[in-house]
Amino acid sequence: MKIMHCPLNGPRNISEFVHGGEVREMPNPATCSDREWADYVFYSDNQAGVITEWWLHAPSGYWFIAERHTVTDEILKTYDPSEIFNQRVEFSKEDAAAPKEATA
Amino acid sequence: MPFSLLKYGLNNDYPFEKDADLPVPSELKSSYDVVIIGAGGHGVATAYYLAKYHGITNVAVLEKGYLGGGNTARNTAVIRSNYLTSEGVKFYSESVRMFKELSHEFDFNIMYTERGQLTLAHTDAAVRSFRQRTEVNKHFGGRTELIGPKEIQELVPTLNMNPAHMPVLAGLWHLDGATARHDAVAWGYAKGATQRGVELHQLTEVTDVIVENGKVTGVKTNRGTIKCGCAIQAVAGHSSLMAAKAGFRMPITTYPLQAMVTQPVKPFLDPLVSSSALHCYVQQTSRGEIVFGGGSDPYPLYNTRSTLELKESLLAHAIEMFPFMANLRLMRQWAGITDMTSDYSPIMGLSPVENYYLDAGWGTWGFKSTPICGKTMAELVASGGKVPDLIAPFAMDRFDVFRQVNEMGATAASH
Ligand SMILES: Cc1cc2nc3c(=O)[nH]c(=O)nc-3n(C[C@H](O)[C@H](O)[C@H](O)COP(=O)(O)OP(=O)(O)OC[C@H]3O[C@@H](n4cnc5c(N)ncnc54)[C@H](O)[C@@H]3O)c2cc1C
Repeated sequence: MKIMHCPLNGPRNISEFVHGGEVREMPNPATCSDREWADYVFYSDNQAGVITEWWLHAPSGYWFIAERHTVTDEILKTYDPSEIFNQRVEFSKEDAAAPKEATA
Repeated sequence: MPFSLLKYGLNNDYPFEKDADLPVPSELKSSYDVVIIGAGGHGVATAYYLAKYHGITNVAVLEKGYLGGGNTARNTAVIRSNYLTSEGVKFYSESVRMFKELSHEFDFNIMYTERGQLTLAHTDAAVRSFRQRTEVNKHFGGRTELIGPKEIQELVPTLNMNPAHMPVLAGLWHLDGATARHDAVAWGYAKGATQRGVELHQLTEVTDVIVENGKVTGVKTNRGTIKCGCAIQAVAGHSSLMAAKAGFRMPITTYPLQAMVTQPVKPFLDPLVSSSALHCYVQQTSRGEIVFGGGSDPYPLYNTRSTLELKESLLAHAIEMFPFMANLRLMRQWAGITDMTSDYSPIMGLSPVENYYLDAGWGTWGFKSTPICGKTMAELVASGGKVPDLIAPFAMDRFDVFRQVNEMGATAASH
């Protein structure tokens, strides 16, 4: 069985983990256009190479970040999300009141 | 039956085919009207119909490896049209109709075998969705019925009717379900296309797409740069990477799909049997081997390695369905990298780049669509970008307007 190193629980079988998709910036859902939202939800670089992505250790319900090579299948690095996400993201009401672009 | 096969049967000599080999084009020309990237079934079928129906023969098919060496060579060759949406059923039914005629058309036996496909329901929800699929299928002329446990046992006497403590409640019995020899499909199209003047260049990798003023004007390859009037990408698992060269992103994620085959045994299983709850489908080949396929790998990857996890889970389910298989030995395993869309429908038609056309997002289900893809993509190219009605619902921008064509329920065991 392939082993993944969980930042919280240490080395575990890969079958205990769930892949969560690429780490990328979420546009503000209150102000972005439909096209921008669709791009965020559906479109992807789908790169062949090293990518940064979300993973879940299912038994402990712990989300973390992994750097993985999508050609060699090597997991290069795993770490707690706080290393990237060190500030609270706020989507304020004012933003919602002034949409960037009319969405039909 | 193709006539050449009949002649073969009555012949005393070994009838050797003079033109069995594909013509080897020597040099790349500096320019073509149409460049097709990828010589899988889809690429060569498009070239074939361009030449046959539209008289367009100044065409180069560029393949980085060898003809049909991608997913065309790796699939489990299930052909069916029992999808869920009317857009899907219309499209795949037309493909099945074309498949039936292919051996005649090529005068080359693609071993099309109509054996029927049986999908098992283990829950009430599945039975309800099968009812819907039956009606949609019948509406578009397909032969599909909902059958009960008794009929299922008659069709497949060796099936365990209570696999993994999930009793079989009903079955979606699709009489049009079939298989064909996938390599033969690629060879038949390639031969037909090259005989009509199309050039097939193997070991020719497209390394870049040249776009000027929003329009494709040529491609760079490992054998030099060539100009083109228009280009089609039909590169399956590599779709996103090719699109990136042309300068845009696609709603596609690439996952491996694994399959495996046992030693041959006596014939015992005629229909193709699939269970969506167990993520497993099983079929016996004409050689007697048993082919297993299942769900995609759990995370995206551009690698065709095999994993123990997949073998364990897939075989556990297969053995639940057919307990005696526990005594068989696996002979081979393989994988392909598949271009998955989130609605399990393809991406066909126009792209953000002018004169650059897409045949992508074929994921784990695109072998069965090879003929109709070739035909509709050829129409699209020959008309200078007028999208045929049959493929209009599969436009990439359906994702931008949240108008997906959801076939996930009809593709649960990936084939
Ligand atoms: C294990 C498995 C089982 C499957 N089972 C079924 C099934 O039962 N029924 C079904 O309908 N479908 C099935 N499929 C899906 C089906 O195989 C594919 O959707 C279909 O073969 C796609 O055909 P294609 O011609 O588009 O792609 P491919 O046959 O993959 O051809 C694409 C070609 O593009 C080439 N290429 C890539 N990049 C470049 C480049 N830069 N330059 C030049 N050439 C390039 C590749 O080398 C390749 O030969 C299965 C797939 C797998 C992996």
